[in-house]
Amino acid sequence: MGTTASQLGKDLLSEYQELTFLTKQEILLAHKRFTELLPKEDRTVQSTTRLSMEKILSMPELKSNPFRKRICHVFSTSDTKDGSLTFEDFLDLLSAFSDSATLEIKSHYAFRIFDFDDDGTLDGGDLEKLVNCLTGETDDTRLTPEEMRQLIRNILEESDIDKDGTVNLSEFQHVISRSPDFVSSFKIVL
Amino acid sequence: MEMQRVEVKVSDKDEIRQRTRNRRAKPSPRARGRNGKQADSDDEEEEEEDEAPRRKGRNRKAKAQESDDEEEEEKSVKRKATKATGRKKKSAKDDSEDTEEEEERGKKKKDGKGTSKNQKDEENKEKKGNSKDKGKKEKEKEKDKNKGGSSKDTDSEEEEEEDSLSEGEMAALKEEVEEKKKMIATLRNKPWRLKRRLQNLKECQSFVEKFEGALGKGKGRKLYAFKVMMAKKMIKFHRDFDNFKTACIPWERKIKEVESHFGSSVASYFLFLRWMFGLNMVLFGFMFGLVVLPELMMGLPYGSIPRKVVPRAEQANAMDYSVLLDFGGYCQYSILFYGYYNEERTIGVIKFRLPLSYLLVGVGIFGYSLMVVIRTMARNSNDGGDGGDEGQFTFSFKMFTSWDYLIGNPETADNKFASVTTSFKESIVDEQENQKDENIHLTRFLRVLANFLILCCLGGSGFLIYYVVKQSQENAKRNQDELTWFENNEADVVMSLLGLVCPPLFETIAELEEYHPRVALKWQLGRIFALFLGNLYTFLFALFDEVNAKLEEEKSIKNATLWNEKEYYANYSSFYNTSNVPPLYIAPADVVRGPCWETAVGVEFMKLTVNDIEVTYITILIGDFFRAVIVRFLNYCWCWDLEAGFPSYGEFDISGNVLGLIFNQGMIWMGAFFSPGLVGLNILRLISSMYFQVWAVMATNVPHERVFKASKSNNFYMGLLLMVLFLSLLPVIYIIMTMPPSFDCGPFSGREKMYDVIMETLQELPPFIGTLVGYATNPGLILSAVLLMVLAIYYLNVTSKNYENANLELRKKMQQARDEEKNRRNNKETTNEAMQYLEDLMPNRSLIPPPPVEEPPPDNVIEKGKKSPKVAKQPGAAANAKGVNLQKEVSLASPNPRSVVTRPPQPRGPPGPARGPPPGPGRGRGRGAHPPRR
Repeated sequence: MGTTASQLGKDLLSEYQELTFLTKQEILLAHKRFTELLPKEDRTVQSTTRLSMEKILSMPELKSNPFRKRICHVFSTSDTKDGSLTFEDFLDLLSAFSDSATLEIKSHYAFRIFDFDDDGTLDGGDLEKLVNCLTGETDDTRLTPEEMRQLIRNILEESDIDKDGTVNLSEFQHVISRSPDFVSSFKIVL
Repeated sequence: MEMQRVEVKVSDKDEIRQRTRNRRAKPSPRARGRNGKQADSDDEEEEEEDEAPRRKGRNRKAKAQESDDEEEEEKSVKRKATKATGRKKKSAKDDSEDTEEEEERGKKKKDGKGTSKNQKDEENKEKKGNSKDKGKKEKEKEKDKNKGGSSKDTDSEEEEEEDSLSEGEMAALKEEVEEKKKMIATLRNKPWRLKRRLQNLKECQSFVEKFEGALGKGKGRKLYAFKVMMAKKMIKFHRDFDNFKTACIPWERKIKEVESHFGSSVASYFLFLRWMFGLNMVLFGFMFGLVVLPELMMGLPYGSIPRKVVPRAEQANAMDYSVLLDFGGYCQYSILFYGYYNEERTIGVIKFRLPLSYLLVGVGIFGYSLMVVIRTMARNSNDGGDGGDEGQFTFSFKMFTSWDYLIGNPETADNKFASVTTSFKESIVDEQENQKDENIHLTRFLRVLANFLILCCLGGSGFLIYYVVKQSQENAKRNQDELTWFENNEADVVMSLLGLVCPPLFETIAELEEYHPRVALKWQLGRIFALFLGNLYTFLFALFDEVNAKLEEEKSIKNATLWNEKEYYANYSSFYNTSNVPPLYIAPADVVRGPCWETAVGVEFMKLTVNDIEVTYITILIGDFFRAVIVRFLNYCWCWDLEAGFPSYGEFDISGNVLGLIFNQGMIWMGAFFSPGLVGLNILRLISSMYFQVWAVMATNVPHERVFKASKSNNFYMGLLLMVLFLSLLPVIYIIMTMPPSFDCGPFSGREKMYDVIMETLQELPPFIGTLVGYATNPGLILSAVLLMVLAIYYLNVTSKNYENANLELRKKMQQARDEEKNRRNNKETTNEAMQYLEDLMPNRSLIPPPPVEEPPPDNVIEKGKKSPKVAKQPGAAANAKGVNLQKEVSLASPNPRSVVTRPPQPRGPPGPARGPPPGPGRGRGRGAHPPRR
């Protein structure tokens, strides 16, 4: 631990604390976990060091999450859209999923995670993918097309306030802010 | 403020100019990227969140560009730095000019978010190349142009600029700095990339650092600098303190482990347990620090007075294990119980008022607990949605919030998938059939029957407890040696057994009712709660009977003792014929004593608690551990699959465990007054059950079939806790206020009532305080205070209702506004019925597709005039503005294909300027008075 602390640097650490919802311990732990995932020969974390998506997804915290790939894509700053994360991206992820993050932040990122085609709205296709993610990959839990249609119709009826056939961010946030347990469940702790 | 506005305008204009220049100079993708970004960044402050996802693609394009910008920015920062150092040497005028420039640049930076920086810097460079004065003149000219020279403010400003660092500038600069500071504080709330936030932070920090020093004059400057420094120190201290606090929270990792295996619902129990532990630690601190420790350190030692020694009759087996286990013998006459404490007013060299402290701590425990529970409840209800309109978004909630991101275990994830699927299917079926009433009479009958059965159970268990407690009182009168262990602990065992048997029984009965599982859970919780509560109160009433009996006994013993004493004196004086009688000496162990009912009550609670712990742990061991072992290992040689079939592994019973914890806490609250050691015991219990239960859950339990979420139940549990707290407060307060304390044991012995210690203390204080208290306790004053409180409650209630209404109103308005906005953007017609109607009425708009933009005013007037009687809902001004906008949009509109696609065909003609007979389509929609916005 001592080495990681010195590696991060005091200024950077305090800046990270300022900019994220994480505490010092959490940042250090994140750093440790991040370092552990790096290949053995090169364990120094630079701002350009990237962890591939497969490595990130091997963490038990993300392993069984149906949205794991989306999460990586949303938080990745990679140019090639391969979902790889730098340490700062990783901190971003943890901060958004941390306990003390605000509802706005959480709902914003939730929206982007659910927005599978990155077009800024949740349309029928996004919702369908979302339902498929939630019901698992196996066939016996999957909904029939009829049920799916009904479900999506119901959802749009509820949340699509302006009736344009898609759920946009503000509509999404409106719905989410009513939810009693979104904040408590939209959490990932290392 | 005025000045800032001007500057904003200047920068806006700059940007516009730059944009045009851009367009002219480089029509390359590079420039496009920049322009796109710029357009966004104009309204970044408000629109950032909406735009972010959309901009992402563009961001990527503009990335190369951005890095360029960064470099430029760095340069500019450096330049700024050199300027700042040289600034002090410059004349005052230069100074002001300089700051102004800086300010402007800062402003631009904020507006343009460093995208147009490149251009701007170039411009600045040019200016500098020419000369500073010229640059300044230019700027002023610009300003004049902007303002049109109409406002006086500009003039006055210019005059002010002549002064050195005028007031306005100071204020503006200060504001700027404050703004930056606010930016720093809220930066983490922005959904940007960390890199961008980091960059922003650095900018802001450097800005603040540079200009903070410039604020304030002469003496004020020092003070200001000091303030700034202190503020910085405070921030650092706060952060360190927060870090320290999080480091102090125990069991974080354990709970996290449970969380990832079982989801947030099971973890919520452990969080509750930890919260309880924190509360009890504070109670223990009070009890131990203010009562137990002083008595231990400064009170008389064991054996010095009768109440601190085991009576002669019991001494023989006072050290027996079985006796100690029942908290008899040495335990009973120890610091753990009420009776041990001496009634001496002050003890030790520091004159510690132990009796007073004892009473205050006893009451203070309740006060503190009440405060903490209510505060937690308030905080819980604050975060998370209001949940008031849960029915409104059933599907969306299921869709968007049903996944528990904490789940890190494949098995739990599978269960969760299954449960999500079922809930989807269920809700779809519900929606389809909505209400299928097969045989409502049968269901009703079954429900009544179930409730009847459960009431029988409750009554029976109450009676059983009452009977058993009575029985044990009878037994207590018999010789202790004849009694078996069961007879000794009858009451506790029966209570624990009832707690063990009844809940499953209720669950079985509840099958009859066929409620939805969530509703069933609530009912189940309510019933178990009633059972526990009934049992507890039956126990209490039985205890009161016992106490009353003991009081009678005590009275006779007291009289006998007094009589004996008198006899002794009389005999002694008559025998030796002297009036100088030496005080009677009896060894403390031999003194005849009263039954000391307080200690007896304390012992009862202690025993109950210990029993509860034992039963809980044994249940876990047998019900979970052995079951798991059997299922796991006998599965190899059994006829059916044990793991999947009948016994299977246990699930963690969240509600039962939480209720158990709550009731345990109730007993602690009640018993703490009679047994200071109880709180310590409870601490041990909580710690051990934390470790034990976490182990048991991880080792033997499987994730729930239906994964419930913690949801709002947290506050539900807190509500139960509050209720239990209140119910346990009642008997204790009743005892303190009405029961006479034992005459020969405990800190209040020799007084009429327990609260007399307070009166005594008051008498020792200066007399005017006594009179003050006398006034304060005057019924008239108390009555009026109560009245005032009632009024306050009423007032607050009304206000909160008003706020609620206002909230609703605002929400409605927001929705409306959003609809309008959306429609404008999509170039559809307004959704507002009345507006539509009016539009249709206007002839020239419906005929000519693009009406000239300049024309709106007359139309507007007409609209306004017509609208006011008809459209009550629409605030005039807003509608007005909308009318203008709408027209503009329509006029600019090219036929929009999108509106045709996304909108389901409606009875009226194609959207866009209506061509048909004007009034027809407006009414023909047939949607009634409601604007179709939902």
